[in-house]
Formats: sequence, structure tokens, C-alpha cells
Amino acid sequence: MSKAMTMQEAIARFVRDGDLIVMEGFTHLIPFAAGHEIIRQRRKDLVLARLTPDLIYDQIIAAGCARKLIFSWAGNPGVGPLHAFRRAVEKGAPRPLEIEEYTHFGMVLRFMAGASNLPFLPTRNYPGTDLTKVNPAFKTIRSPYGDEELWCVPALNPDVTIVHAQRADAEGNTQVWGLYGVQKEAAFASRRVIVSVEEIVDSRVIRSDPNRTIIPGSIVSAVVHEPFGAHPSFVQGGYDRDNDFYVKWDAISREEAGLGKYLDEWVYGLPDRAAYARKMGPRRAELLADRQMCEPVNYGF
Amino acid sequence: MAPAYTTSELMVSRAAKELKDGDVVFVGIGVPSLAVNLAYRMHAPGLCMIYESGAVGCVPRRLPISIGDPCLVTGSLAVVPMLDVFNLYLQRGLIDVGFLGGAQVDRFGNINSTVIGDYHQPKVRLPGSGGACEIAALAKRVVITIANSRRTLPERVDFVTSPGYLRGGRERESLGLKGGPELVITDMGVYRFDPETREMVLASLHPGITIKTIKENIGWDVKVAQDLAETAPPGPEEIRIIREELDPQGIFLRSKAG
Repeated sequence: MSKAMTMQEAIARFVRDGDLIVMEGFTHLIPFAAGHEIIRQRRKDLVLARLTPDLIYDQIIAAGCARKLIFSWAGNPGVGPLHAFRRAVEKGAPRPLEIEEYTHFGMVLRFMAGASNLPFLPTRNYPGTDLTKVNPAFKTIRSPYGDEELWCVPALNPDVTIVHAQRADAEGNTQVWGLYGVQKEAAFASRRVIVSVEEIVDSRVIRSDPNRTIIPGSIVSAVVHEPFGAHPSFVQGGYDRDNDFYVKWDAISREEAGLGKYLDEWVYGLPDRAAYARKMGPRRAELLADRQMCEPVNYGF
Repeated sequence: MAPAYTTSELMVSRAAKELKDGDVVFVGIGVPSLAVNLAYRMHAPGLCMIYESGAVGCVPRRLPISIGDPCLVTGSLAVVPMLDVFNLYLQRGLIDVGFLGGAQVDRFGNINSTVIGDYHQPKVRLPGSGGACEIAALAKRVVITIANSRRTLPERVDFVTSPGYLRGGRERESLGLKGGPELVITDMGVYRFDPETREMVLASLHPGITIKTIKENIGWDVKVAQDLAETAPPGPEEIRIIREELDPQGIFLRSKAG
């Protein structure tokens, strides 16, 4: 059964006010098109979880859609702080933002516990850090097989996980290459999954290379064909990270007014991602990836 | 005569010397990335670079701007989910060296990258741990790079994001942690850790820096090693590689000479 639909339909049907939502992708494949649609549809009181809030959550926080953030590193990579995040935490503007803080390893384990239908997972990490003092969700457990004490993190089960990928078929069998991040674990942990892709392909293409499938269609609610859907992040083999935009974001977001103007022009002022891609003009072509094909492998028996 | 190298280049070169051929290194962006790539080209061709984004055995053709740069994937040995990076490589004990920075590092090598001031009412909210806490806890050796000032090197950090030797002595071991920080490289000198007290000890001064300058720019009465040395400056080949191959646009090393 085809689950293909527009981003507008997917967000309208599967993202609700108050949801715990995860939009993953570690630097790579960040689902910006979905983030913009959530802002356009003015979702409220969202709990946002993501290892690195990145620009995508900085924008959603600035738009006033979020009441809480669960995260492990909140910065603009290689550039500086996330200004909207800091304004929300330090000054409560445009509204106060509750935070729940982990580390990358902790967030990954939380998704894996959720994906595995377990209440928690243990790790050898966390002795000595003050993070366990300020976040009561960190707890210790004594190993039943010895006398070791280990720190644990609780399962995280989002209402919706949204990921972007190179390709999927219309049923949602999703293939990724390049950096995987935690998309697979976050998707399996989630009640609903929205996948946006650069390309919707025939199932024969997926079946010709099954090792590349990270998310099965059986857990996917919606598939959205959304070329250029990850910009200003990147798609391996598609387009490069727009590092210039990440640098520009520092100036755009430094004041609430500047950020508001950006949202008016690039989010509220546009109907969809196709319009965004057109508005990018010649910059889009500058970001196109060069070709570096892998050696084919034989799946025969 | 103006010095032939910048302080940042000196820090990169000093950090590179800390890496051995064959080391498996967890790499961050900026000085760490440059240091690892310099070591790889100079004396450690068997060095294996791992980025927390999941790229293993990277051979970046251009300077990576972020730890998830697409150039880390192209030509790498493996790309693995982040769950594998942390479980199978780091927690399994396969990472020899982790590079870390932060807003503050204290007398016992504890690192703060979370908040300045109180956690719940921060004066400055910093990015947080990312992967730093687990690297500090689980890598075999940790090398820290940070600016040398009373603000960045206080006696005690406002918040322990990533554990060093905690309050010194055997506290780290008693909590079941191995490894620990080995070296702190600043823009003024290099510090090691006393094997008994575990406190930072000044081990070498960069050319032109005096003990007096160090003492004016650190938050406690720092001890000086008996065999205090001068940090060896980078050679011409190292400077050439840094300027021509690693950071030709001066993205990370634009700081002024001297």
C-alpha cells in the first residue's frame, strides 16, 4: 500500500500539539523541510528530542512551537551558540523552554532501549559527571552477574520520528548511505514514523540492494517525496552541507527580530519545499555533489 | 623579527606529537582535527581517525568543517551507526586517544562544557557534553586543548561535564574509571598530571612565555615540573603541511602570528 503523500498532509495527519517528536540525522540528512512545515502549521507545546538541536530546532524554538527540549549538544557546529535556544533557556523568550540533558551516548542508548521495548539500558559511562546530579532520570543499577554498579538511562519512545533519506519505495522501505546517525533506533522507538526522501523508487530498486535498507516500511506511516529536503544540511551523493548558511545563521538568529524576518521570508512566506528550492536560485547548483560510485556487489546465490 | 609560526600552529604541532603511529583517535573539529591530520602526514601513517558521527578510518580530502562533514565518509574504511561508535568502539575500549576542549578545565583535569554559573540559573548556557563525557570516561588517553587564562583554568570548574581526576588522588580509579587526561595544551604551555596527587603540573613553556605569565593566567598556585622544558616549535615541514594542505583558507588558524 502506498503511503506517499505531501509534507503538508503528513504533518497534518501525524504530528499533533503536545507530541514528543524526534527529527534525527547527525549533521547528515536533517529533515528541515518537515521542520518548516511544522512551523507553518503552528504546532504547539511540542517536546523536541534530538542529540543536536541544530538549526532545525533553533527555528522551531524561535517560532514558539516547543515547550521542552531533550538533547545532548546544543550548538551551531563549528560556528558558535544556538541563539534562539539560549534566549529560551536564559530569558524564557519567546516562551520558557524546559530542558532535559544527556550526552550523545546517553541519547543513543535511550533510543535503542525504546526501540528494543526495554525500560532502560546500562553503560559504563557517567561516573564522576555532574550531569547525573542535575537530571534525576540517570539512575544506577547493580549488575545481577557481579558486584559492578552501572549508570542507566531510560527508554525514549517518541510519538513521531521524522527522518530524511536518499530513497524509499512508496511503502516506506527506506535506504540510507553515508552517516547513519541514530535514525534507525529513533524510528524503531517511535509510535509513528514520517520519512521524507530525495527520491521515491520502485520496490525493485530497494530489493536489488537490501543491505542498505535501515527502516522497513512496516513501521512507516508516511512517505514524502521532498527533493532538497535536508538543506542546509546535506545528503551524501546529493548535495553538500551549506556551511555558509550555518555561518550566516549566527547573524540571522542573534536577535529575535532578525530571526523572525527569516521565518517570515523562508518559512511562513513559502507554501512548500519546492518553493524553497526555487528561491535558493543558483546556490542550489553550487552545492551539488560530485560522483563517486561504489563497486557493485553480487547478491546472487 | 616576527615569529615564523603562530601560537595555534604550535598547539597543533605539539598535539600531533602526542599521537603514535597506529593509535585509534577520536577526533573533534578545530585544533584536534588539524593535529590528527598533521600526525597522519608526518609520523603516523597508520593512525586511524574515528569521528563520533560514525565515520571510521577517514581520509578527508578537504578540511572537515563539522564532525559530520561528507568528506569524512568518502573513502573511509567504515561508516557505522552512532550506537556502534559508542558501544563497540568507545565502551569496548578500542579508542586510544580522545581530544577534548571546553569552556573551563580545572586543577584535576575536569572539563566543563555545560554552564557558567548555576546549572538551573546559568550565567552562560554552553552547548553541553555531546560525546565529551563518554570520551573522557572511556578513552585510554585524553588530550585537552584550551586557552590559558584565569577564566578558563579555574581551581574548580563550575560544572563537571567530563570527568578528569575529580578531586585528585585515587578518586577517578575508585569510581571504576580507567585512563584520564594525560596532557593539557594551551596557548602558553603544556601541563601534565602528577601521578600521585593527579593535579596539573606545568611541564613546558612555549617560547617567550615565563612562569610569571603562567601564574598570572591560572586559577591556582600551579606547581612547576623539576624538568620544565621549552615547547619545541613546529618545523618548516609541519608549518608547510598546516598552511598548504590542512587549512589553506585559514578557517581554523587565522590567529595572528606569535
